[in-house]
Amino acid sequence: MNNSDPSIKTSSLDSIPFDVETRVVRVGGTGAIARRLMEMGVVPGAPIKVVRTAPLGDPIVVSIRNYFLALRQGEAKMITVAASA
Amino acid sequence: MNSSISSTITQVSPPTSSAPRQLTVALAGNPNAGKTSLFNALTGMRQKVANYPGVTVERKEGCWTLSPELPGARLIDLPGLYSLDAASLDEQIARDVLVGGVEDVARPDVIVVAVDATNLERNLYLVTQLLEYGRPVIIALTMIDLTEKMGVAIDAEKLSVGLGVPVIPVVAKQKRGIDKLSSAVIKAANSEGPGCSFRLSKEVEQEIEALAALDSGDREAAARDLFTDHLPSETTRRNAVKAARERLAEINPHWWQEPMIARYKWIERVVEDALDKKGEAKLSSATNRIDAVITHKILGPVILVAVMLLVFQTIFSWSRVPMDLIDHGFASLGGLIRAHMAPGLLVDLLVDGVIAGVGGVMVFLPQILLLFLFISILEDSGYMARAAVIMDRLMRGVGLHGKAFMPLLSSFACAIPGIMSTRTIENPKDRLATIMIAPFMSCSARLPVYTLMIAAFFSTQKVFGFLSVGALIIMGMYLLGISVAIVVAFILKRTILKAPPPPFVMELPPYRVPGLVNVGHTMLTRAGLFVKRAGTVIMAISILLWALAAFPRSGQTTSADADPSQGANESAERIQHSYAGQIGRLIEPAIKPLGFDWKIGIGLISSFAARETLVSTLSIVYNVGPSESKEASTSLIAAVRDAKRPDGTPAWTPLVALSLMVFFVLACQCMSTVAVVRRETNSWRWPLFMIGYMLVLAYLGSLITYQGGHLLGFG
Repeated sequence: MNNSDPSIKTSSLDSIPFDVETRVVRVGGTGAIARRLMEMGVVPGAPIKVVRTAPLGDPIVVSIRNYFLALRQGEAKMITVAASA
Repeated sequence: MNSSISSTITQVSPPTSSAPRQLTVALAGNPNAGKTSLFNALTGMRQKVANYPGVTVERKEGCWTLSPELPGARLIDLPGLYSLDAASLDEQIARDVLVGGVEDVARPDVIVVAVDATNLERNLYLVTQLLEYGRPVIIALTMIDLTEKMGVAIDAEKLSVGLGVPVIPVVAKQKRGIDKLSSAVIKAANSEGPGCSFRLSKEVEQEIEALAALDSGDREAAARDLFTDHLPSETTRRNAVKAARERLAEINPHWWQEPMIARYKWIERVVEDALDKKGEAKLSSATNRIDAVITHKILGPVILVAVMLLVFQTIFSWSRVPMDLIDHGFASLGGLIRAHMAPGLLVDLLVDGVIAGVGGVMVFLPQILLLFLFISILEDSGYMARAAVIMDRLMRGVGLHGKAFMPLLSSFACAIPGIMSTRTIENPKDRLATIMIAPFMSCSARLPVYTLMIAAFFSTQKVFGFLSVGALIIMGMYLLGISVAIVVAFILKRTILKAPPPPFVMELPPYRVPGLVNVGHTMLTRAGLFVKRAGTVIMAISILLWALAAFPRSGQTTSADADPSQGANESAERIQHSYAGQIGRLIEPAIKPLGFDWKIGIGLISSFAARETLVSTLSIVYNVGPSESKEASTSLIAAVRDAKRPDGTPAWTPLVALSLMVFFVLACQCMSTVAVVRRETNSWRWPLFMIGYMLVLAYLGSLITYQGGHLLGFG
């Protein structure tokens, strides 16, 4: 995988502050959830940012490919991102 | 990724066309891509809604006049989809239609895809999958009025070249681009699809080649077997696919993500060429600003509660006038028939059985129309998805998915569409739990019961000068249903339907002003379904109940020769000895602790067919079918207030009314719901379980209300 360059600092999407532009590095997890995330456009290389959270702090709302996607903290943990160059 | 990605697209020129035949066109698209508006614009009102055989996925089709010379094309509306890969029922059906695998639907000659111009990349993902089915694909580029307004330039020509398929910009509500779409379909109808395949990493390609070599040599079929969730059923192939997957997983655990990555890479390149990305961010900025308020920490829940309050208050105030009109209409009709026909059994049947029964149900049409007006506006505007996000944390607390919020909210109108819409919930156990609690949401069929009880016993008082006690009691009934549903879901999810918390990945569509045509269309379709039911099942039950209450006839009394006051006494006498009276008295000991006498018992029995029949049954039991001058409901209210038990005490008190309402909140009294659950779960076990446990809860709830109320000194 050419995405695992150690010089780039990566973290999981649930730990990114609001409105910070990042890029998807990897979608972990297995089967249906990862597949659904990727079908919705969350694939390695795609710019993504966390926009807000629901009133009770979960789910979170992200902006990807010019639309808004809601997902839970649990799903966000599976998405590894790196700061945009 | 060490994969070399490329796509091959070949356009095959159409062969010379033969004699005109009816074309079959499939309409596909993401949810919220403007597919419904496009479908309505293409077919006008010439459409019908049914179910696919054996399953409950709604099947909508219509007739599309492509050109005056050709027979109208059959336009099949596929369910709204993001992808064709997953194992959900909707996606399975869509795949079946595309390969011609559905009974009496020909394999589509052309696939038209509604693609939202404001959200090109994700919408085109489905297109890359549709291209693989080898049928000609035509893209109807929707929402271009929005991109134009925002100054976002999309070069449809370049997009078409990049994708290898025609791209026709359309604005459905202005009928822009519809003619062009028609001619594109005619032109493409006799051609082969361009096809589309993605070259993947060397290792994956080798496995695909090896799998293909095992049988037909079809690369696409082999790739599909390798990458879909499920395994092929045939043993040799099953083992081959399994072994291939294991080998690939050893090299790279994420090997199965390759096709998805390849598709998006290709899409990004095509869109890059065709779209001026500078203005793109503007498209979502308005939605973002609105969301800052709608999903705000404090404002969000406040708005949600306010919206629900508005809906309920409106249903009870705005609907009054048309309801009274309908009520009056049926009453006059009954009077007219009585005045012009010879008295006898036939007139009694017509007026007391048919007109009283159907009229008693049709009266609630305005409320149903209003409720569906709200639901379709909330859905089409994009608010419903936000409500799911706000509610998800709470829903998860009881083990349900935020997506269950929408089916449950729809169940406030009617549990049947609500239960049917649970198929958007992927996890079968979550879906089952949602189905099991959907009937606790107070559906519109309970409104007649609530309305009658409130009109009779809690009518005029107001709180704070504007909120009526009636509205508060009804709100209380709704809250009771919701609370019990929460508890039941909590228990189910920890016992027989135990499963890990489900994922939540949901699009928040841009806010849009709902189209009047679409909203009106939804209202009329739903109201039509309700009327159909009122016209058939409920009328049949009304007649049956009338017969039960009218026979055996004692002979010497007929309602014709008696004067009104005497007639009421005599008919009350008669009903005691009727079959209905006998059944009612049979169950009286069981329902007495709930505060119900045998007359209410007759109503309870009949309401197990459909809740709203309680009102028409009571009309028959108290012999107040529509009469000449007075409105039926007014006379029924009076009859209920005046009804006496044999010992002279009133049969109804506010506490009895409350106890009855609680029973109606909790009991599963709807044949249609039972039938739908049977079909959705494919067994009798779940619907029977549902009837049983809900009946127990209803009995207990009613018992606690009545006996508790007594202890506290009410009634």
